[in-house]
Amino acid sequence: MKLDGKVPSGPIEKRWSNYIADLKPVNPANKRKFKVIVIGTGLAGGGAAATLAELGYNVHAFTYHDSPRRAHSIAAQGGINAAKNYQNDGDSVWRLFYDTVKGGDFRSRESNVYRLAEVSANIIDQAVAQGVPFAREYGGYLANRSFGGALVSRTFYARGQTGQQLLLGVYSALNRQISLGKVTMHNRKEMLDVVIVDGRAVGVVVRDLLTGKMESHYGDAVVLATGGYANTYFLSTNAQHCNVTATYRAYKKGALFANPCFTQIHPTCIPVSGEHQSKLTLMSESLRNDGRIWVPKAVGDKRNPQDIPEDERDYYLERMYPSYGNLAPRDISSRAAKRVCDEGRGVNATGNAVYLDFSDAIQRLGKQVIADKYGNLFEMYERITGVDPYNNPMMIYPALHYTMGGLWVDYNLMSNIEGLFVLGEANFSDHGANRLGASALMQGLSDGYFVLPNTINSYFGKGKPQTVPTDHPEFKKAEVEANERINKLIAINGKETPTHFHRRLGKIMWDYVGMARNEKGLKIAIEKIGELREEFWQNLKIVGTAGNINPVIEKANRVADFMEFAELLAYDALERDESCGAHFRVEHQTEEGEAKRNDADFSYVAAWEYKGVGARPELHKEELNYEFIHLAERSYK
Amino acid sequence: MKVKLHIWRQNGPNDKGKMVDYNLDNVSSDMSFLEMLDILNEDLILKGEEPVVFEHDCREGICGSCGLVINGHPHGPESGTTTCQLHMRKFKDGDDIYVEPFRSKAFPIIKDLMVDRSAYDRIQQAGGFISANVGSAPDANAILIAKNIADLAMDAAACIGCGACAAACPNGSAMLFVAAKSSQLNLLPQGQPEKNKRVRAMINKMEEEGFGGCSNYYECEAACPKNISVRFIAKMNRDYFGAVVKEGTKV
Repeated sequence: MKLDGKVPSGPIEKRWSNYIADLKPVNPANKRKFKVIVIGTGLAGGGAAATLAELGYNVHAFTYHDSPRRAHSIAAQGGINAAKNYQNDGDSVWRLFYDTVKGGDFRSRESNVYRLAEVSANIIDQAVAQGVPFAREYGGYLANRSFGGALVSRTFYARGQTGQQLLLGVYSALNRQISLGKVTMHNRKEMLDVVIVDGRAVGVVVRDLLTGKMESHYGDAVVLATGGYANTYFLSTNAQHCNVTATYRAYKKGALFANPCFTQIHPTCIPVSGEHQSKLTLMSESLRNDGRIWVPKAVGDKRNPQDIPEDERDYYLERMYPSYGNLAPRDISSRAAKRVCDEGRGVNATGNAVYLDFSDAIQRLGKQVIADKYGNLFEMYERITGVDPYNNPMMIYPALHYTMGGLWVDYNLMSNIEGLFVLGEANFSDHGANRLGASALMQGLSDGYFVLPNTINSYFGKGKPQTVPTDHPEFKKAEVEANERINKLIAINGKETPTHFHRRLGKIMWDYVGMARNEKGLKIAIEKIGELREEFWQNLKIVGTAGNINPVIEKANRVADFMEFAELLAYDALERDESCGAHFRVEHQTEEGEAKRNDADFSYVAAWEYKGVGARPELHKEELNYEFIHLAERSYK
Repeated sequence: MKVKLHIWRQNGPNDKGKMVDYNLDNVSSDMSFLEMLDILNEDLILKGEEPVVFEHDCREGICGSCGLVINGHPHGPESGTTTCQLHMRKFKDGDDIYVEPFRSKAFPIIKDLMVDRSAYDRIQQAGGFISANVGSAPDANAILIAKNIADLAMDAAACIGCGACAAACPNGSAMLFVAAKSSQLNLLPQGQPEKNKRVRAMINKMEEEGFGGCSNYYECEAACPKNISVRFIAKMNRDYFGAVVKEGTKV
């Protein structure tokens, strides 16, 4: 299969504006005749649904939540990047573009990233117009903060709940279109399959979570904005219901899954406290602006942090990366934490934690300034751990947070299946092998507000696709298969719960496909995942029926997909025999233990084609050509 | 620690429902309240019984999905805390814990502890937005907003739409929610053109959905996991009276 990114030619700063200038728009009077299905109502999906409706398209939006406002974008804390250069500190579209490509360790598609940087400024304008209450300076101008991986202040924020405020902005725009009758909202409906007729995505099958009933919906285009797959690891910062089902089912229908092994581990999360743990809570990376990360210099030093004198502490990020210090990118900070803990210098009862200390900042700036900046995060920390971070250093440890991989898309954000678009975290395109902080919100909104509305215009400009009725055999077949699978899960009647299997899958993933990976471990993982999947299908226990609200069935259905998807992730990690960004293969490291890229052999996007459960998927490569950026070692020293 | 749970079980909207007792040993004080319920549910599944249905998602206090009445308090006894952020260290060994759904006329029970809060969505759809199409926005710094106003708007915007305010109110009023949502936008310069219409449309919808009126119990503020102040209700009332005097009640 030849993968064509459909990237326009010409100077990079002109590509997007030329693309828009060249597209043949749909007549405004005809737009209502085009029906678009949008799955997911986070920043990308909700933003796209609202914007497409503003343009006049007939939009049907779906979420498995009770309300579009609950999408997991809401939990993003720290901020959103934009190349506004309001701080006059030398920022520009080019610098944001460069930082993002470099942050991704040169494994993203240049033109997509440039476009992202280009529209970033419009996102802030739009959010402010909607009433998003970003932080302001006394003069009334917008405030900025710094984030990991950048030497300029370009991050806009709304206290420690920027994702919430941006999502509420999206939700308000969506509400307006719902009230105008332009968006039909389908709450509590979970997508279980995408329907393909003659190579084109023509609709979806969804399950009504209240009645268990399957429904078919036709769309002239289908947009997946269903987030990432960090919950493959069971413990992650993702919400409980986040899952891979929508994108994985599309993959099983022929969409290519790109770079699944690029999974980001966030350095600042609250450490695991016990077996009962259901999720890990992130402490925003913005805390690293003022907090200093350290562990005791001596192995096994179990004194209280206050009793350890300054010269017996190792501020290891400041020591190893003097220019970026505590703001070194996420993957580098995470691995550094793992390294010091593996040396036996970790703190906390488990030995898997490091300190994030605010005492210097509180002394320098006063408690009030710190409270203004991070108050809600400090409260959250105290609520979860029972420890007051104003008087004790926080304890943090890395956790699974974000997934850069996703369905393969071209410059139009269309997958290899015609009419199937993929946005936000669900696609692979902009963050390469590692995402910089405050860039997820930027990408979600860029895709939803600015990119898709134009690329879908270009797609529909070629003519109205032929409507396929929902009694078409392909729709019926997809409904029957979705029902049969649920019946099959119920029929197992074994002895263990879906959560039990999910937890065990997560343990395999964290142990062998986690922060540091190697060939032997990955092969073990593939074997163990296969065994666990067998056991799952023989020993799963479900209670209740399918014709009612049944969280056990919902969970089992999602875990069943994780069981297959985990193997794909491990195959990709095995195939990518280099270290880059968040993907760290211990066989490939520099003398200082940094990731060692291999551009000669691995400068490509790995796009996988489904070949059956348990069978090795087929690899297709999209070569990455860097025309404008010179590939360099990714140094933050 | 050990706890004695008394949980509301109701099979569907038309079922009568009742309290059911469960004893739970091996509860760790580091568990969140929902993790404690997870353990109960795992046990129930293994016994072949249907687990207790409750809503939850982010488990970090921001999505607004969770919401249980715990010992008579929406979101439990801890102030400024969602159910998911309540931890078992706040309870004692041997405690009796009563768990019920949010009860309000406008929040019909779906099953067990899960209620239908879509009325909040419909209030927002009535006017909780600024009509600003993508593409038409001016440069973000072209609109200056004093820091104290931006901060106040943010205080209101912190609302997570969980429904605790209406569940706590003896009148089943959603005034705190509607006040937070309308005030955020009515405080900001961008929200001025639609200010009068917004507040009337949202209040009209609130009444239509069956929520009661406010008579200053302030139970909503006490229950709010985000500490939204009742002063926003005063602001909404001012906005509303001003709007009605100018333009009448009908939108």
